[in-house]
Amino acid sequence: MTTAEIEAGRVEAREPTAAKIVRYLGKTPVYLVLAFLGLLWLVPTIGLFVTSLLDPSVVGRAGWWEILSKPSLATLENYGDIIDNDAITSALVTTLWVSIGSTILPIFLAALAAYAFAWLEFPGRDWLFLIVVALLVVPIQMALIPIFSLYNDLGLFDTIIGLILFHTAFGLPFAIFLLRNFFIGIPRDLLEAARIDGASEIRIFVRLILPLGLPAIASLAIFQFLWVWNDLLVALTFARDTQPITVAIFSQLRQFSANLEIIAPAAFVSLAIPLVVFFAFQRYFVEGLLAGSVK
Amino acid sequence: MSESVSTAEAPVRGLPPGDGEPGIWQRYGVVALFLGPALLLLGVWVVYPTIRTTIRSFFDRSGDEFVGLDNYETLFSDDTLLTAVRNNFLWLLIVPALVTAIGLVFAVLLERVRFATAFKVAVFMPMAISLFAAGVIWRLMYEKDPDQGTVNAAVAVVKDAVSPSGVLSAAQPSTEALQGGPKGGLVLERVLASGDVAQLGLTGIRSSDVPGDAEQAVVPEALAGGITGVVWRDFKPGGGTAGEVEDEELGLPGVTVELRDEGDRSVAQTTTAADGTFAFEDLEAGSYRAAIGPNTFSEPYAGVSWLGASLITPAIMLSYIWVWAGFAMVVIAAGLAAIPRDLLEAARTDGATELQVFRRVTIPLLAPVLTVVFITMLIYVLKVFDIVIAVAPGSVQDDANVIALAMWRTSFGGVNDFGLGAAIAVFLFLLVIPILAVNVRRFRREV
Repeated sequence: MTTAEIEAGRVEAREPTAAKIVRYLGKTPVYLVLAFLGLLWLVPTIGLFVTSLLDPSVVGRAGWWEILSKPSLATLENYGDIIDNDAITSALVTTLWVSIGSTILPIFLAALAAYAFAWLEFPGRDWLFLIVVALLVVPIQMALIPIFSLYNDLGLFDTIIGLILFHTAFGLPFAIFLLRNFFIGIPRDLLEAARIDGASEIRIFVRLILPLGLPAIASLAIFQFLWVWNDLLVALTFARDTQPITVAIFSQLRQFSANLEIIAPAAFVSLAIPLVVFFAFQRYFVEGLLAGSVK
Repeated sequence: MSESVSTAEAPVRGLPPGDGEPGIWQRYGVVALFLGPALLLLGVWVVYPTIRTTIRSFFDRSGDEFVGLDNYETLFSDDTLLTAVRNNFLWLLIVPALVTAIGLVFAVLLERVRFATAFKVAVFMPMAISLFAAGVIWRLMYEKDPDQGTVNAAVAVVKDAVSPSGVLSAAQPSTEALQGGPKGGLVLERVLASGDVAQLGLTGIRSSDVPGDAEQAVVPEALAGGITGVVWRDFKPGGGTAGEVEDEELGLPGVTVELRDEGDRSVAQTTTAADGTFAFEDLEAGSYRAAIGPNTFSEPYAGVSWLGASLITPAIMLSYIWVWAGFAMVVIAAGLAAIPRDLLEAARTDGATELQVFRRVTIPLLAPVLTVVFITMLIYVLKVFDIVIAVAPGSVQDDANVIALAMWRTSFGGVNDFGLGAAIAVFLFLLVIPILAVNVRRFRREV
């Protein structure tokens, strides 16, 4: 009999009785460690949130934790101030428009293209698809300079349309890739039946493909919305006066402490919206992120 | 479902390709309609710029003169740009490995407990926040003043617990009887013997410095075989006599008083009570001097300058890890859950210890998942931008520089050298390609 067998036997023998209590007690350190780490992870965000609630007279001078001993320091005044601040509110509206436009347009165009790649036959189809997928490699940085010049010539600089078109183009390769792979899984007989019934390709696309592709489209939409809402690089390059919220906050960073009463609430509002979207659709997001690393 | 597909596919395959009679234009017209818009956008916004940027990188800043590889040479000789390249490689070396390791630890911890949803949510939440907003959050965390920056406030608490700082930051002797200053300690000129009462009066103390528990100063009784005394704030609004303990003058509690022998060695130490009094008992006969040690005085803690030039990159990396640990945790936890229980049980029955099971069974089975996380992180880290520009104040952006930030600053952040900016973009592109090639291959295998 090996020692291993003895040990295994021992473990089995003491299983039922007091062992359970011991096992749970044994887990207390793990729970403590998890509680500590969880708290550690929450503190920074809580810090920003509480700072945004601090009375304007102390924000930027007192630490947020002082609210614990002096709850009277809490006020919504800073939020009231940014609602009255035209630069911030119009930046939020700009962000909303850009995000919605940059979600709907690329997904619609990508669905069209993905359908062609999946179910229409034409010469060079697979090569073309491969090239489109290969465009995933191109970092946004490669496009900034030429598009900057182009936008200046076309009058698209500092416009919502300009931002939407840029985000759309860079969202397309991944969206086409994902949707094509989803569409190709749609049963062929459904399509052929529709074709034999004389339905046009457009009709098939609208009536059949789009509804069936809804799960993939939904997860893509969430991912793209968050991506665009959170973007700084593109906005910083192509927006000056028509600026999204990230740029509006960025321009306040130069004097961080002095502007904290604007920065804190504005940053919190800007992150609260993706936070809600995110927790509502968490599962899709992780899948998207994994795939999005190709982006 | 799959059955219906396979049965239905047979007759369809029998159809001639192109399924009917419509003319070639009609057929390709449909294709063009579906593909056209996407291809147009990709052509104008992705393909054309990629070519244009590559060409542009061989021209000077005005774009008129061909300069060959000059811009690339600058990229590897200019100090700021070189820092960016070096920093970015540090990022690649450190961050993906740390994120993966932390994600693994979290995932394993999670496996061992039930009801861990709250923890999962807490750690995963930063993922929903933009990297830019995360940068703003950490900029606030890293503020230097311990009254504002959370990190330094925490450091100050720990520091105070380990080595308590002095009660006073500054003070002056109130009379000539006391010599010295806060740096080396204040010494009472008068030589003391047992039975004496020492009076150490201080002024020049900020009111905010006086400890909250201070009480009216009292001159203690003399003690046979010992030395007693008082340390007090020898200051009374509206005047008073220097060197005398008077009404309304407060004792200074918590002050460290030293007793030194003739050779100036410290033989005893004590701290003062709320009324400022202190006592040394059971002294050998001899002459002594009383002194207030330098450890009574210390500057208030100034804080670590996380946002200074030397710590800025590690500080930003830390905040980046804070963002991504949740992602790694969730993906790795999913991988852990997919490992067949019976494999682990088999190893345990064979007598493997938990550590052996983890190293020899869990880790190898988890390797593909760990690779996915690692490579994903490599790509994101290579292009890191938002969080750096948000956390690093303008004055240290040269020190915190990374490739993507250098590209943006060179092209749009004041320098406005499109030739050099294009070269940096191409360099970034060349770095991304090999990693992505691996990733795409993995992706295609999965699909």
